[in-house]
Amino acid sequence: MISIKFLPLFVIIPLGSAFILNIFERKVKLLTDLIASIASGALFVLSILMFGVKGNYYVGGWPSQFGITLVIDGLSSYMLVTINMIAFIAILFSINYMEKFTFKSRYYSLLFLMLAGMNGVSITGDIFNMYVFLEIAAIASYALVGYGGKAEELEASFKYAVMGTVSSTLILLGIALVYSQTSALNMAVIGRNINTSDSLSILALIFLFAGFGLKAAVVPFHAWLPDAHSSAPAPISAILSGILIKTIGIYLIVRIGFNIFGVSQVFLNVLLIVGALSAIIGVLLAIGQMDIKRLLAYHSISQTGYILLGIGLGTPLGIMGGLFHLLNHATFKSLLFLNSGSVEYSTGVRDLEKMGGLSKRMPVTGVTNLIASMSIAGIPPLNGFWSKLLIFIACIQAGYLGYAVIVAIVAILTLSSFLKVQKYAFTGDVPPNLSETKEAPFFMKTSMIFLATMCILLSLVFIVPSLREAVLQPATNVLTSGKTYIDTVLKGQGGIIGAP
Amino acid sequence: MIYSLCLVLFILGLYCVLTKKNLIKIIVGLVIMDNAVNLFFVLLGYRTNGTVPIITNDAEKSMIMQHSVDPIPQALVLTSIVISLGILALMVSLAIRLYEKYGTFDITKIRKLKG
Repeated sequence: MISIKFLPLFVIIPLGSAFILNIFERKVKLLTDLIASIASGALFVLSILMFGVKGNYYVGGWPSQFGITLVIDGLSSYMLVTINMIAFIAILFSINYMEKFTFKSRYYSLLFLMLAGMNGVSITGDIFNMYVFLEIAAIASYALVGYGGKAEELEASFKYAVMGTVSSTLILLGIALVYSQTSALNMAVIGRNINTSDSLSILALIFLFAGFGLKAAVVPFHAWLPDAHSSAPAPISAILSGILIKTIGIYLIVRIGFNIFGVSQVFLNVLLIVGALSAIIGVLLAIGQMDIKRLLAYHSISQTGYILLGIGLGTPLGIMGGLFHLLNHATFKSLLFLNSGSVEYSTGVRDLEKMGGLSKRMPVTGVTNLIASMSIAGIPPLNGFWSKLLIFIACIQAGYLGYAVIVAIVAILTLSSFLKVQKYAFTGDVPPNLSETKEAPFFMKTSMIFLATMCILLSLVFIVPSLREAVLQPATNVLTSGKTYIDTVLKGQGGIIGAP
Repeated sequence: MIYSLCLVLFILGLYCVLTKKNLIKIIVGLVIMDNAVNLFFVLLGYRTNGTVPIITNDAEKSMIMQHSVDPIPQALVLTSIVISLGILALMVSLAIRLYEKYGTFDITKIRKLKG
């Protein structure tokens, strides 16, 4: 039976696989692929089975004031499903894509370390433990960005590592200040003890959010993202853009902002302004790009802005829209990055001007890219439309007409930007040097088709009321109920004490 | 106050990261920042003339509570030092690879990326 006992497996399975994969290095080539896909597939299945489970897991049997508590609630299980789905797809894609790189097993190891970090961040209830998991994910991602070993990739990796380290230091400083105020590390106990009107607590909050903002690449801190996300191998770009910036950026901002410190109007206004700025500046920077991966990376900034804007409204509808957009963006942005990887794999080209007519040569990539482009631009039956509509309606309902206009304008600009991609890359005549282009291999096609199907099916999550109640409502409730998170964790509702 | 010295060290590190052009100096700046935070963390739990927080019998409990240093920040800083060592190793190896590719540590000359 699935119960709270299985919660640590989200960290144990990826950490164990990262270790095991290195043992089998170069012994049997097939084995590394097999272990990696089985482990990530198992995590994906487990995350779906665990959906809806609520409670605490006390590591080592220590009560929450002393030991590390793992907490799973509506928001955590929502994040776990998102993370493990995209990671599974990215690993399937890597089976063919990473053939041209050396040391595939080390690549998988780093990927699993990153996955362990992200899963850990979303289930931990301890602020220092969160920092450790965050660093595991971040360090693995620095190494993965520079995995190709070319000059540009190393340069991007170094820049990313400098920015990442500065942000981690800010977060650690914030944690130190929080500890000085509350003498606690458990997030629920911190929430109970903290006095949010105290100036040192506010300083701690500023340091923490500056750190998470840097990780999430929201607008004043966005400069590193296009370099890092466009230099990484395609499956890694998909993971970085699709889930990493959301888990160690947005998720932590909302978890700590809403559940630990408690919402205030100032905090919501900061989220609104930062979100709106990210949405507009990201899309404006994206329009002029001719490198397909840089274009997608700039769109990540813009779509992250949407999520923050939705959540920053603070109304249940806005929060639901923001969280739904988080899941949707994970699917379509990962798909777009996988498409760009598939194009790069088959043609060796990333510059849009050198492409053309690829739909004829690569039908699967062409069709899935069309679906993902329509989804990110918000064309009706697809999932991106529903979440943008939700945010738009929530803006009007909350009385922020200006933000509603911004949401609409950014959607139009996004559409124009992706029409450009379609026009340059997938329609028109095939340039002579690309006339021999073949479709991507089996696993790359499978993963792209899976994500394209998800883009279509996820719209049902919003349209069908029972699915909406089951999937989106629990995550939304966690944020709208605010500081009741503290009581839920401290009372340990539905949890068991100690290891089985 | 002694805490402000940590802040000075932190800003010194940040200044170094933001203004220096040499990769190695940037890395040193990051390490200084990390150490400033670690120092601050340890200072939070420090008590002048404090005792070690080891309880051998029940009678000592209240005495220890009042006179010992706080051991938790020390444990946390130990973890944080290990993490920053990991980052340091990664960044130095990246710097070595960058030197192989570009033949320089000067960050203004390492500019193959657009933007």
